Amino acid sequence: MTKLYTIKVKVNGTEYERSVEPRLLLSDFIRHDLGLSGTHVGCEHGLCGACTVLFDGEPMRSCLIFAVQANGHEVQTVESLGTPEHMHPLQEAFSEKHALQCGFCTPGFLMTLVPFLEKHPDPTEEEIREAIDGNLCRCTGYQNMIGAVQLAAKKMAARQEV
Amino acid sequence: MSGKVFGQSVTRNEDPYLLTGKAEFIDDIELPGMLHAAFLRSDYAHARIKSIDVSQALKRPGVVAVYTAADFGDYWRPGPLQVPPPTAIKGSVFHARTLVPIAKDKVRFSGEPLALIIAESRYIAEDAFDDIIVEMEPLDAVVDLEKALEPGAPLVHEDLESNLAAHVVQERGNYEEAAAKADYVIKRRISVDRCAGAAMENRGLLVDWNDRTREMTIWASTQAPIPLRNSIAARLGLFESQVRVITPYIGGGFGPKIMTSQADDVLLPIVAMWLNRPIKWIEDRRENFLATTSERDQLHYAEIAVTKDGIILGVKDMFYHNTGAYDPYGMTVPLNTQTHTVSNYNVPNFKTEVKMVFSNTMVVTPVRGAGRPYGVYVMERLIDYAACELGMDPVEIRRRNLIRSDQYPLPTGIIGQDFVEGVLDSGDYPEELRKAVELIGYEKFIKEEQPRLRAEGKHKGIGVVCFTEGTSVGPYEGARVTVGANGKVNVSTGISTQGQGHFTVYAQIAAEELGVDVRDVNVTTGDTGHFHWGAGTFASRGTGVAGSAIHLAASKVRQKAIKLGSKLLGVPEDQVELCDGKVCVAGDHSRFISLGEMAMKANPTRGTFEQGAEPGLEAVAYFGPPYGSTGAGALAMIVDVDPGSMDVKIEKLAIVHDCGTLVNPMLVEGQILGGLSMGIGNAFYEQLKYDENGQLLTASFMDYLLPQATDMPDEVLLGHVERPSPLNELGMKGVGEAGAIPTPACFAQAVENALADCKLQIAETPLSPSRLFELVKKSTEK
Repeated sequence: MTKLYTIKVKVNGTEYERSVEPRLLLSDFIRHDLGLSGTHVGCEHGLCGACTVLFDGEPMRSCLIFAVQANGHEVQTVESLGTPEHMHPLQEAFSEKHALQCGFCTPGFLMTLVPFLEKHPDPTEEEIREAIDGNLCRCTGYQNMIGAVQLAAKKMAARQEV
Repeated sequence: MSGKVFGQSVTRNEDPYLLTGKAEFIDDIELPGMLHAAFLRSDYAHARIKSIDVSQALKRPGVVAVYTAADFGDYWRPGPLQVPPPTAIKGSVFHARTLVPIAKDKVRFSGEPLALIIAESRYIAEDAFDDIIVEMEPLDAVVDLEKALEPGAPLVHEDLESNLAAHVVQERGNYEEAAAKADYVIKRRISVDRCAGAAMENRGLLVDWNDRTREMTIWASTQAPIPLRNSIAARLGLFESQVRVITPYIGGGFGPKIMTSQADDVLLPIVAMWLNRPIKWIEDRRENFLATTSERDQLHYAEIAVTKDGIILGVKDMFYHNTGAYDPYGMTVPLNTQTHTVSNYNVPNFKTEVKMVFSNTMVVTPVRGAGRPYGVYVMERLIDYAACELGMDPVEIRRRNLIRSDQYPLPTGIIGQDFVEGVLDSGDYPEELRKAVELIGYEKFIKEEQPRLRAEGKHKGIGVVCFTEGTSVGPYEGARVTVGANGKVNVSTGISTQGQGHFTVYAQIAAEELGVDVRDVNVTTGDTGHFHWGAGTFASRGTGVAGSAIHLAASKVRQKAIKLGSKLLGVPEDQVELCDGKVCVAGDHSRFISLGEMAMKANPTRGTFEQGAEPGLEAVAYFGPPYGSTGAGALAMIVDVDPGSMDVKIEKLAIVHDCGTLVNPMLVEGQILGGLSMGIGNAFYEQLKYDENGQLLTASFMDYLLPQATDMPDEVLLGHVERPSPLNELGMKGVGEAGAIPTPACFAQAVENALADCKLQIAETPLSPSRLFELVKKSTEK
């Protein structure tokens, strides 16, 4: 049996302490050890972006790092954004603009876009395309996501004004 | 038609769950005591298995069991054939060689399973790959379709005389006579390659056998839950009622998830019984590339006979179709090619012949478009070559040959995937073309913009093509609609959902009929415990076929509610109406009974019951069309080719589509946009490239390029032509595959037009910058 390492990771604001194998992927740790299954795994080689989470606030592919590397760091997953009853403005905008179909890749897009919108509160179409260029979606053709991000930007600006 | 919710762009009922990570996909399910499966797969594409030694693997801590073909005894047998042979077509030849559950004696494609490992974790199961010693004798592989049929070619199936899997010839009119009368006969060799489904979620199966109740629950990411349940039950000798297949949320389908006889489908259920523990298998991306199913290459020798005025007299097409190492899905893909080659146009004489070929590559089954894009590519290219020969405008030659709007219903004389003669039920192809030409600004581009751009040294081109999409095919689907005591409506149907929006579209259909809020309709798809009759999700039939069954069932419930309402409210039936979740007296909505209360009263638990009546505000209905309804459209695009890098940017794209009545316009447009992205991938990015040894060279997203957000057109314009189908009450036709069908043909025409000075004639798809560079080089050297 491989030696286990004890790690402490803050996920969605909750501190977790767990013993893990050094080879355990962060994506598997989040999904199967912590039961936060909203983060999805589409390719396990860092290309599709479905498993994107925020790692100390920056988007990162959780299939490309090990859980032990997250020791002492902070992770945010899609579960931190909103609930079905109270969605994040970006989630609302995705629904209103039909920017998702099967929804498998969607959490990765959302976790890529949340910090993007913080840095680009009024993004251009080109900036949005660039921002999501590293995430693959097989269903939507991306078109409606552009409109959704623009709508989300408006919603977020309106909320800040209130 | 459009109503309160039917025909409206309502947002989806499923979105809040998908967007917040609450929707449960198969790999999200964890059961106590669950084991994990992994398949050791063959690296060789064609080899004889000498021996497999698993003894070391069994010693590895955490490994519970390892199985090879020998361990399954009589349970190991090929099959089933998921789609019947084309016996309806006179003279057809078909050799069924269905998938084997795990390789025995020999492997026929790279990725075929050799051993099944069951372990406490997936990590440990994959560790055990290194413990297994496999001795194999490599054999020459068959990959090239023409070489495969040459005498002396290595045989994929040694019990057959050749690698010919099937042969089908269909003809209407007499092509040879037509060709003799033609002013021009243009012949070309056209090669067409298609792509992987590449759903973002790979396949998966989780089997839980309960040894005490003798019932099996299977969670599967399948497009065909009922056929999967039926074949598992049959193989295990169980009743269908002992096996429940549940589809959780599914992360995209696009065709390959229709298979029900893959190694996991066949082997995991019996192993779960043997070990009496739940077993989960989740396919990884590499396995998905190597060993799911996909579409792939066809090679066409096609010709078109035209008059000097551009009138098409006939088309002949002899083509080879790669079916991969086995043909479990019959001839659906090449039959779709045959039915979609000339379907937009009046072609009085048409001969189509297919030779289906076994090869040492992954099995071919439908992928979004399913054979249709090949046919459309061949026909549209032939028309372009003819236009070029005649010096005619590509739009004009199409106009002269399109089927007119007064010709429906129009029998085609060609038998399709549903084994009946294709009939075009409705449409208006000239109007679709007119609208697309207008949307893209064809005249202005050709007459004003392009000459100016060319003078500036820019290479921008335009393409315009037409297509049909056979949809909503039989045999049938069914549905149960139930009003609950909570006053809400439950809908269940046998097909499963992969992101199309069924949870909303079906809710709209039921809500319209029953006068309830669309949010108060709960839809269950793909759970045999809820509804256990039906065929599955394929051929753009979810809305047209299952949707029609839901409409019929909801209508029955409505009738029941009106009948009971009339009795309870004391007014004649024609004075009862349903609205806002209530059964009311027409004109006096203060007199009502809520649907929930009605549901309770419809299920009396004491007293007497009317003979012949059925309890509950519930009804079941089935719908099967005589033949499929045909959607259609026209696609136009403007591309900008960089002559240095040969990169192509689609600047503007316009698509006009007819899917009959639109149930939810926003979701229809979503389907079209998604299809387009797959079509664009097919045209310029994606290719499953096999080398001569049968090795897949593009088995990761590093090498197999899925279109990204920056690859999509800068501007997309959508138009609809709504010609309701007469084949179902609501007038619906499918749309799921539309965008994927015409795109490679349109792309090729536009690129040719952009590079007009090169005298380039494209006769292949997909293209890529490097392939385009080679083609241009060749054509300028001539």
